Amino acid sequence: MAILDHHKKIETHATLLLVLSFLVVTIGGLVQIVPLFYLENTIEEVEGMRPYSPLELAGREIYVREGCYVCHSQMVRPMRDEVERYGPYSLAAESMYDHPFQWGSKRTGPDLARLGGRYSDEWHVAHMTNPRDVVPESVMPTYGYLLHRPIDGRYITDLMSTYRLLGVPYTDDMIAAAHDDFTAQADPEADHAALLERYHDAQTRNFDGQPELTEMDALISYMQMIGTLVDRSTFVRDASR
Amino acid sequence: MAAPNKKHDKPTTGHSWDGIEEFDNPLPRWWLWIFYACIIWSGIYMIFYPAWPLVHSATTGILGYSSRGDVEAEITAADQANQVWYDRLTSTDLNAIADDAELQRFAVNAGAAVFRAQCSQCHGAGAAGVVGAGFPNLLDDEWMWGGTLDDIVTTVTYGIRNDEFPDARWSEMPSFGRDELLTPEEIDQVVNHVLNISGQPHDATLAAAGAEVFDYNCSSCHGIDGEGDIYSGAPALNNAIWLYGGTEADIRATVNNAHFGIMPGFTNRLSEAQVRAVAVYVHQLGGGQ
Repeated sequence: MAILDHHKKIETHATLLLVLSFLVVTIGGLVQIVPLFYLENTIEEVEGMRPYSPLELAGREIYVREGCYVCHSQMVRPMRDEVERYGPYSLAAESMYDHPFQWGSKRTGPDLARLGGRYSDEWHVAHMTNPRDVVPESVMPTYGYLLHRPIDGRYITDLMSTYRLLGVPYTDDMIAAAHDDFTAQADPEADHAALLERYHDAQTRNFDGQPELTEMDALISYMQMIGTLVDRSTFVRDASR
Repeated sequence: MAAPNKKHDKPTTGHSWDGIEEFDNPLPRWWLWIFYACIIWSGIYMIFYPAWPLVHSATTGILGYSSRGDVEAEITAADQANQVWYDRLTSTDLNAIADDAELQRFAVNAGAAVFRAQCSQCHGAGAAGVVGAGFPNLLDDEWMWGGTLDDIVTTVTYGIRNDEFPDARWSEMPSFGRDELLTPEEIDQVVNHVLNISGQPHDATLAAAGAEVFDYNCSSCHGIDGEGDIYSGAPALNNAIWLYGGTEADIRATVNNAHFGIMPGFTNRLSEAQVRAVAVYVHQLGGGQ
């Protein structure tokens, strides 16, 4: 087989072997990855997604900082046992403003993709303070110190500008009002009309029950909205997925 | 060359690296056939299942498989298999379910499954609640919002003090200390009165004065004798069952800064049959009325 004899040239030429190997891997990668960007059935159209409000975004940063994703996934897979336990399976569009996404790869704790509204704020405070108080068999570490770490949203404008660079559609208006929105969301006395105009269905209240604004407020505001934005009654499944 | 090799008559690949040569042995047959079989299998797979990305969408495969369609079909099949039970559950009067032993058994088991997935995180895997943390015990016969099947169905359906459902049960105890509705002396007195009616050691003088404070400020919800009221979700204070702790310090903390727990409503998460099943399950745990 004459053509296979040419293989010897590749085998005996290190640079050529390297270049051609790279070419093969590149083609393989392109075939797998590129279609995801243009195929119409990859990301479904859904109603209800909006960028995170400033407080929710700060809570998400805390979620990432504390490594919650190491033990908790945020993706309900399309399987009956998962759908019956957690709720409707996750859609790609629900992670569209996540950089990076929090799908996770391992569940030591339960999936959190449908966490929002499932428990009361008091439950979250009790659970973060000592998970064993409410779930005796839990192996989760305690995060009570979040209650004692005040936050003032000093960097929230920068953070949102960064996310805008990454493609999250924060408007100039949202970025200009970021700091006001940040404090208003956890203040039950504040005027929330403008905040709700910018971030529909944002939940506004004192999340951790303490007078000052702490990391616990931010984290709970995030946890209470995870997976609640998309109205599943308007979702139509693409027949090919 | 080096030591004689018994197979030296076999052909080599022709490569020679520092005198080391490689025999040109054929691949093991079993390995080769499995390799070919895999190639054929992948070709078949590509025909039957979604595989190749094209211009607008990927090939769908002649089986028309989709993971989401699959899970929907699976859930529909499971629901249909149980449909006859769900229908019986929703069409039978709540209080008549217990008369039908077969239906009661189904409801208790289906309800237990719902309880483990949806309720156990707050009320505990065994439904004993969390003492002192505001998550009520569902095993005893002390009910804040009523312990009949109808009461439990309403509570599970709409929840308690959530903003999601206008029909959620609602009441809020005032924060008598924080909002300065009572003076510190009056709080001392009423705390001792509550210690008294719950049969704990107390200061009799303060408690006697506290009876009047209680009468004016607390009895409209907690009852004249502190027996509680299921229409305002006010727990009984004249026994040893406490939601947020019953020591003097706990009671003082509650009078100062009132607690009011929140429970989500489950009408969007559970079907009517599931709500009824979990109500039957909770009702038969021991405290149902």
